[in-house]
Amino acid sequence: MSDIASRVKAIIVDKLGVDENEVTVEASFTNDLGADSLDTVELIMEFEKEFDIQIPDDQAENIGTVGQAISYIEEAKK
Amino acid sequence: MELKRVVVTGLGALTPIGNNIEEYWNGLVNGVSGAAPITHFNAEKFKTQFACEVKNFNVTDFINRKEARKMDKFAQYAMVAADEAIEDANLDLEKINPDRIGVIWGAGIGGIETFQNEVLNFASGDGTPRFNPFFIPKMIADIAPGFISIKYGFRGPNFTTVSACASSANAIIDAFNYIRLGHADIFVTGGSEAAVVEAGVGGFNALHALSTRNDNPTSASRPFDKNRDGFVLGEGAGALILEEYEHAIARGASIYAEVGGGGLSADAHHITAPHPEGLGAKNVMHNCLKDAGLTIEEVDAINVHGTSTPLGDVAEIKAILDVFGEHAYTININSTKSMTGHLLGAAGAIEAISSILSIKNGIVPPTINHTEKDDAIDGKLNLTLNQAQKRDVKVAMSNTFGFGGHNACVLFKKID
Repeated sequence: MSDIASRVKAIIVDKLGVDENEVTVEASFTNDLGADSLDTVELIMEFEKEFDIQIPDDQAENIGTVGQAISYIEEAKK
Repeated sequence: MELKRVVVTGLGALTPIGNNIEEYWNGLVNGVSGAAPITHFNAEKFKTQFACEVKNFNVTDFINRKEARKMDKFAQYAMVAADEAIEDANLDLEKINPDRIGVIWGAGIGGIETFQNEVLNFASGDGTPRFNPFFIPKMIADIAPGFISIKYGFRGPNFTTVSACASSANAIIDAFNYIRLGHADIFVTGGSEAAVVEAGVGGFNALHALSTRNDNPTSASRPFDKNRDGFVLGEGAGALILEEYEHAIARGASIYAEVGGGGLSADAHHITAPHPEGLGAKNVMHNCLKDAGLTIEEVDAINVHGTSTPLGDVAEIKAILDVFGEHAYTININSTKSMTGHLLGAAGAIEAISSILSIKNGIVPPTINHTEKDDAIDGKLNLTLNQAQKRDVKVAMSNTFGFGGHNACVLFKKID
């Protein structure tokens, strides 16, 4: 697992109170991990802080799964 | 229209001297002080370095971590006390119409720790606003009854009362009135506060409101004692289940006491100082007795606001003497704040619980830490000094007064 992927998963485990093994790349924040809309906003903000990036709202809307978050951040950090 | 009768059928408490009703009552009758050096933050630069904190409390023993993270401590405390009271009332939630159950909760401040930390975080950045999406819902004072209603599905009237240190007495009186008027059958009511944070202690220190007896915290809250020097900040929650009498009887509920009446008034005098003659305090006790339809001779016990401030204690005693005359000398007067400290928006709730348990158990808890008489306080009064006293309490009143000059008085009586 990449460094980015493991940090993303750690944030999700912490904020959503889920088990690490539930946080698969396919897992949807809302459908699989029990997040509501406010949880999702908080996750995006944590990603911004952790990786020192800005995720505009219109792009944040497209980040709905663990894999999408990892891909977005890896792209942004290139 | 005929007003309905209202009774108390459940209690819950999370306090500096006990984390449930049984522990709280044991602490009260044994005269335990909840004061100790502050552990919630580093207080070494503060004028006051002690408080009555809730102890040995691990929130995840009660609320799962994900939910707890979205709550300020004042809301966590509310949930824990409300859960205990709801369980104590033995409500069969499958059978009771949830549209007829409301929640009216008191909080003097609300999520002050959340507010402080979010603003600190913003101020330490470059001006880019990065407020947490849970900032506002964690902070607002009305979120506690919101959480309680969401957990249990109670869809009756739901709001928070804010009147500083009278907040939860106001909540109890509102719940009492809505049941009397037939708007609901049951209320979860009470209050919670969690202001033992830098902004809370520093703010009250700036008002010169807190005791600074740092060398001996457990003796600092000493209502009516000559050497009292301010109140001791407390935190926690108290919860009561109020229920329409016939409803309680029909389901075979166990009844602690009846809510006899509620009084409200304002000092209209000063933002923080009490009226020197206790005018608002006098009026609120008169209003409460009138509402209850009782005479002064019927009152056995008064749980005073009694915060251990130089001005407040004298004004309240003047008011009691004025209202009750010679009968005042036969009343058991006590201040639970000598043990719990001042729980602000939760004070009215935990003190009402003390009054209710005095009726149920026939014991009035003490006013501890009394060592030297104050000549400004009539020595013939029974202030229940230092030791609990046995007393068949049929009628008990509980006073609370808040910054802003808000006064509330609740009266409980033994069930016929």
